[in-house]
Amino acid sequence: MMGVHRRPDVRLAFVIAVFVLLALLPFTAGGYALDLITKTMIYAIFALSLELLVGSTGLVCFGQAAFFGIGAYGAVLWSPQADAASLLWLLPACVGAAALYALAVGALSLRTRGVYFIMVTLAFAQMAFYVVHDTPLGGGTDGIYLNVKPVLGSVLDLGHSGVFYSVTLASLAAVFGGLALLLRSRFGRALAGIKANEQRMRATGFSTYGYKLAAFVLAGAIAGLAGFLFAVKDGYVNPELLGWHLSASVLIMIILGGLGHLRGALIGAFAFALLQEFFKSEAIFGAFAKHWSLGLGLSIIACVALLPRGLVGVPALLRERLFGTRRATVDEVIDGGV
Amino acid sequence: MAASDILLRGHEISRRWGGLVALDGVSLALRRGRVHAVIGTNGAGKSTLINILSGEVAPSGGRVELLGQDVTAWPQPRRARAGLGRSYQRNTIYPDFTVFENCRLAAQARTQRPWAWWQSAQACEASSSAAHDAARRAGLDDALDRSAGLLSHGQKRQLEIAMCLATQPEVLLLDEPLAGMGAEETERMLALLATLKAGHAILLVEHDMDAVFRIADELTVMVNGVVIASGEPAAVRSNAEVQAAYLGEQ
Repeated sequence: MMGVHRRPDVRLAFVIAVFVLLALLPFTAGGYALDLITKTMIYAIFALSLELLVGSTGLVCFGQAAFFGIGAYGAVLWSPQADAASLLWLLPACVGAAALYALAVGALSLRTRGVYFIMVTLAFAQMAFYVVHDTPLGGGTDGIYLNVKPVLGSVLDLGHSGVFYSVTLASLAAVFGGLALLLRSRFGRALAGIKANEQRMRATGFSTYGYKLAAFVLAGAIAGLAGFLFAVKDGYVNPELLGWHLSASVLIMIILGGLGHLRGALIGAFAFALLQEFFKSEAIFGAFAKHWSLGLGLSIIACVALLPRGLVGVPALLRERLFGTRRATVDEVIDGGV
Repeated sequence: MAASDILLRGHEISRRWGGLVALDGVSLALRRGRVHAVIGTNGAGKSTLINILSGEVAPSGGRVELLGQDVTAWPQPRRARAGLGRSYQRNTIYPDFTVFENCRLAAQARTQRPWAWWQSAQACEASSSAAHDAARRAGLDDALDRSAGLLSHGQKRQLEIAMCLATQPEVLLLDEPLAGMGAEETERMLALLATLKAGHAILLVEHDMDAVFRIADELTVMVNGVVIASGEPAAVRSNAEVQAAYLGEQ
């Protein structure tokens, strides 16, 4: 763009390298690691959905788990008891249900701003939480099991872990690529403008409410996709999937990774999972490992305090420390956020 | 002056905030090729007037007509798309974007196509050329690639105008474009406004009286939400009430 100093090639190369690595992993990694990576990729999809709102549009949604949970419950509730459901209709139904709830929540909550928006999105998520928690609909606190995992004819059987890994990786790549395209389009630039200065956007002729609602519904749909994958992976859902703990965790992931960059969501999801595994490891911490959340919390506080731009800001930080150079902030923001 | 030259008309506009009357029956007309300055002390209602004309605040009473259409019920973005541009008293640029992208994004309001997700915004020729044009007219073609937040104060004010121009408006509502500018920057801005006069109807809210009397073709003086004088600058200047209420206090 117009001679601005930036290095899209390095960033693109990094992202491609990550995906190639993920594609090669099944050939080397063991079952446990593969399971962990699969789960983390699902969280990465979930984190990308929130990054679209928080990092790209400036909307701090604190109820993203509701859409995740709806996608997950849909996968279980709509699957036949003894038969495999077809992906062909089950996946669109789950994503659609999450998007529909996002449309309702967004239409109302986007009339508020700032801390009120945070609280209203939390309230709507808690409503959904209590529906599955306290009504017979969702099996209550015990959760419900998915007996037979969905298939796509005889082509794809999601019950097979290798197949499921590939489908999850393909979903992550599609969501990442789709959002990268979206953010460099006119729609994406309008979202960036709304984040920077919504008043000015309205004054120049953008009806910002429609833009924000479209972003909110899209984010809900992506979260629903992540929830669907999560339910199919474990074959089990419980109300925690809609709880505010999960909404907070995914928010921490994108902050940890670095807001305003899609790869921040990717990095954040993996960093969060690694930190969690590290502090949960009894081999390292012995009996103290059961207090893993303390170590996780402290390390996240340290990261946020020391790395204000998140993990994606580490290379720039090192350059500044080592060479004393500081790039204009413009190149951080203008690349469409990849 | 033919009525068709009137691009924006405010008719008997009132605004009450609870018991406080901010504007009381203010009428004014903006004509193509003319700079209409609105002056008045702080709290006279100038900013409220701009906010109502641009659609940011709804009036309690009265009517706004843009290009002959009653737009009183239109929200601000719709008025903007219909040809109403405004600048702000405080800088409301996008500080992290380049100067070019500030202008391009403003110009994009004319060709929004939000559904064209596969097309890069940078490939939008309509908005790119409008942005180049606006930046050139505002005297910013040397600074296109600079981060807007790093511009000098005067350049930021120029960028405000450039972003306004990028939307290709018919009417410009300029809220204190000279605020905080040095003598040289003021000269440059006045020269810019003079070139913009030909194609636009301009409303200028400004505190710099020398500048106002140099550039204004029409003058409206407000005190406490009421228009106390309106007309040719020379006539307004000699108005006794205006001198007592405002000019004399300088």
